[in-house]
Amino acid sequence: MSQPSISKSMTSGESGLAVVFAVTAFLCVIASAKALDAPFAFHAALSAAASLAAVFVIVNRYLDRPAALPPAEINGRPNYNMGPIKFSSFMAMFWGIAGFLVGLLIASQLAWPALNFDLPWTSFGRLRPLHTSAVIFAFGGNVLIATSFYVVQKSCRARLAGDLAPWFVVVGYNFFILIAGTGYLLGVTQSKEYAEPEWYADLWLTIVWVVYLLVFLATVIKRKEPHIFVANWFYLAFIVTIAVLHLGNNPALPVSVFGSKSYVAWGGIQDAMFQWWYGHNAVGFFLTAGFLAIMYYFIPKRAERPIYSYRLSIIHFWALIFLYIWAGPHHLHYTALPDWTQTLGMTFSIMLWMPSWGGMINGLMTLSGAWDKLRTDPVLRMLVVSVAFYGMSTFEGPMMSIKVVNSLSHYTDWTIGHVHSGALGWVGFVSFGALYCLVPWAWNRKELYSLKLVNWHFWVATLGIVLYISAMWVSGILQGLMWRAYTSLGFLEYSFIETVEAMHPFYIIRAAGGGLFLIGALIMAYNLWMTVRVGEQEAQMPVALQPAE
Amino acid sequence: MKAILTVHNLASELVTTIWTPVFVAIFLAIIAYAFWPRNKAVFDQAAHLPLREE
Repeated sequence: MSQPSISKSMTSGESGLAVVFAVTAFLCVIASAKALDAPFAFHAALSAAASLAAVFVIVNRYLDRPAALPPAEINGRPNYNMGPIKFSSFMAMFWGIAGFLVGLLIASQLAWPALNFDLPWTSFGRLRPLHTSAVIFAFGGNVLIATSFYVVQKSCRARLAGDLAPWFVVVGYNFFILIAGTGYLLGVTQSKEYAEPEWYADLWLTIVWVVYLLVFLATVIKRKEPHIFVANWFYLAFIVTIAVLHLGNNPALPVSVFGSKSYVAWGGIQDAMFQWWYGHNAVGFFLTAGFLAIMYYFIPKRAERPIYSYRLSIIHFWALIFLYIWAGPHHLHYTALPDWTQTLGMTFSIMLWMPSWGGMINGLMTLSGAWDKLRTDPVLRMLVVSVAFYGMSTFEGPMMSIKVVNSLSHYTDWTIGHVHSGALGWVGFVSFGALYCLVPWAWNRKELYSLKLVNWHFWVATLGIVLYISAMWVSGILQGLMWRAYTSLGFLEYSFIETVEAMHPFYIIRAAGGGLFLIGALIMAYNLWMTVRVGEQEAQMPVALQPAE
Repeated sequence: MKAILTVHNLASELVTTIWTPVFVAIFLAIIAYAFWPRNKAVFDQAAHLPLREE
C-alpha cells in the first residue's frame, strides 16, 4: 500500500468505547470495594480488569493499524472480516471441551457420588448449570456467532458491518460466559433453569446482544445480493427472539447494586410460565432456529447441491415462528398451571411435528444427486446425521408433550435422554460439521488436516450418543414405571432410594457414552489445530464454484 | 385508573379475539407468496446462493 499518508485519527467508535470502558473500570473498582458479598467483589474486580484490558487493546490496536480502516471491497470483491469469526470458532472449541468434560464429571458423580468431593464448588448443584451453560451458551453460542458472521457476509456479499462492534460482540459474549460460569461455581444463581446468571450478568448480555443484532442487521442492510438468503432469516429470528426471551424472563430487583442477589419480578405460576416460555423457546430459537440456519447454508455448500426446495424453506421458517412460541407449557403438565394452558402447550407441540419434519426433509433431500458423498466425506456425513437426529428428537419431543406420555416421562431420565439426542446428535454434530467447514475457510486453508480423523471423530461420537441415549431411555422408563407401581394393597411398591439404586448401571453406561463424545471432541480439536498450524494455504484468488445443475 | 383498566380490557379483548384469524391470514399469505408462480425464478436462484458466492 503506497497511498499518501492520510492523517490518522481515532474513529468515534474507538475513542468512545475507550472512554466508556475507562469509566466502567472506575465504577467496577468502586463496586468491588463496596461489595456486600465475595462473589460480587470478585466479579466486579474481574470486570474492572477486563475493562482496563479493553482500553489498552483498543488504544494499542489504534496505534498499530494503518490510517485508513480496512476497505469494504478490494478490486470489486468484498473484503470479508474473518477475525471475529476465528476468535469465536476457537472459543467454541475451547468451551465445547470444557462443557463436555464437566458433563462427564457430573455424569460420573451420579454414578459415584464420592466424586462430589464434599466441596461446595464441585457439588452437582453448581456443576450442572456450569455444564448446561457451557455446552449450550458457550459452545453453541460461539458456533452460532461465528457461523452467523460468516454466512451473513458471504450470502450478502458484504463485509461485516462495524469495525470494533463485531469484536465487542465476540469478546463481550465470552466475558458474559466467564462471569456466568464462575458465578455458578461460587454459588451465584437466580435459580432459573438455563437463565441462572444474576442481574448484572443479564444486563451485560443485553448490551452485547443488542450490538450483535445491530451488526447483523447492518450487514444485511448493506448487502449486494438483492435476496435475503433463508439462513439469514433463521439467524435473525434466533437473535431477535433470544433478546425478547431474555428480557421477558429476567426482570429482577437486586437487593443492592453492590450485591449479587436479586429477586425476580414475576411470582408464583406466572413466574413458572415465564420461565418455561423462555426455556422452551431457548430450545426453539437458540438450539433450533440458529442451527437450522447452519443447516441451510453448510449442507448445500458442502454437498455442492442447491437447497432441495426453497419454497419449503420459507414455509418451514414461518411455520416454526408461528408455532414454537406456544409450546412452553408442556414443561408444566400436571402443575398449578391452568389445564387449558397445558393443553394449549401440548397441542402446539404436536403441531410442531410438521415444520420440524418439513425442515428435516428439506435438509436431507438437499443431498439428491450427491448421496455418494456420504461415503467419502465424513464432514458431510456428520452434517446429515445431525439432521437425522433433529428429525428423531423432534419426533420424540411432541410425543413426550402429550399429557399421558408426560405423566410417565416427566422428571425421569427419559427427558435427559431426549435432550441429549437433540443436543449431542443434532446441535453437537451440526456444529462439528460447520466448524470442520468453517475453520479451513476462515483461516484460508485448502482442506482439513485429516479426513481420517474426522471419520474417527464421527464414529467415536456416534457410539457415545447411542450409549448415552439408549441408557437414558431404559433408565427413564424404568424409573417412571417404578414410581407408579402399586402393590395389591394400594401402597407404592418401591421407595425412592430403590429407584435410585436401579439407575446405577445406566448411569455408568451414560458416563461412558459421554466420555466417548468427549474423546471425539478432543480428536476434533487436534485436527482443527493442525489444520491451522500446518494446513496448506488456499490460493489468494479461489476459483468460483460452479453451480451444480 | 378505572378508565385506564377499561381501555386496557377493551384492547386486550380485541387482540385476544382477533389474533387467531389475523395470524392465520398472515400465514396463508406467506404460503401464497411461497407458491406464487412468478416468484419461482427468484427462489430457484436463491436455492443456489451458497454455491455461487465468491
